[in-house]
Amino acid sequence: MFDLTGRKALVTGASGGIGEAIARQLHSQGATVGLHGTRVERLEALAAELGERVELFPANLSDRDAVSELGKSAEEKLGGVDILVNNAGITKDGLFVRMSDEAWDQVMEVNLTAVFRLTRELMHPMMKRRNGRIINITSVVGVSGNPGQANYCAAKAGMIGFSKSLAQEVAPRNVTVNCVAPGFIESAMTEKLNDKQKEAIMGAIPMRRMGTGMEIASAVTWLASNEASYVTGQTVHVNGGMLMV
Amino acid sequence: MLAQVTKRNNNVKQVEEYDMSDIADRVKKIVIEHLGVDAEKVTESASFIDDLGADSLDTVELVMAFEEEFGVEIPDDAADTILTVGDAIKFISKAQS
Repeated sequence: MFDLTGRKALVTGASGGIGEAIARQLHSQGATVGLHGTRVERLEALAAELGERVELFPANLSDRDAVSELGKSAEEKLGGVDILVNNAGITKDGLFVRMSDEAWDQVMEVNLTAVFRLTRELMHPMMKRRNGRIINITSVVGVSGNPGQANYCAAKAGMIGFSKSLAQEVAPRNVTVNCVAPGFIESAMTEKLNDKQKEAIMGAIPMRRMGTGMEIASAVTWLASNEASYVTGQTVHVNGGMLMV
Repeated sequence: MLAQVTKRNNNVKQVEEYDMSDIADRVKKIVIEHLGVDAEKVTESASFIDDLGADSLDTVELVMAFEEEFGVEIPDDAADTILTVGDAIKFISKAQS
């Protein structure tokens, strides 16, 4: 099941917790993985650990030209990208009335515009090959909303609408586009929370624990596999039951 | 190639016709390959959508294939006017001259 031998995947944000778990799991299923990230040392350490079938693609996703270049070089170096996982994301939280243009723009640029540009770069080759998987990592808050994260939630909800439209356009070319929406996952992003916040979150999660990167990666691996060939335009929620939609 | 050079030396008009037919052949080849239709159906008057069964995604992909093959840029408003095989050949010939 979920054999990805011979497939080539590009994972953005692979120097972060969830991205790293996704890269590890796709690799363990036999895929060649392109690791994108900003923290080169972490990418190099992961690459060294994975050994073969790995390429590194450091790039700054706030730089539009760098995003296009990332797509081009991944397509070339990997010999065609079959699976694109748009996982990279940033937060610039703040209550809305005090939210700066900068906090809005930066989050939109990395979390949404970069997804648009990178996906556009890789979509045409996928259409030509009549095969492709786009997997966008959104968030439970893109559906539920979350105070203090108007920018982040807007970008993540935008990602879902983007994916549904794209899924309809490219379905005839056998390219699927889906989202995975993590709930609260143990990562650098949730480490920033204080104990009180964590306690409140646990109370809202029926499973009474945070999820792990590997639990997100499992949903990604399934969507990337041949077994998910008839699934497109969907959002898979992996959140311990905290939101049921 | 040699024939092309000789023609160029002989008669300018003839060269233009030669290039035009070269473009036509390449355009038709792309259309045949992409849409998977019989060569005899791909006449200059054939409409991509009405005669050759293309959908909107096919027409976008054809335009992108023409851009790649001929190194020309086909803006969206121009692409909207390319409805037949002949339209494509004319546009590309013009863009390249």
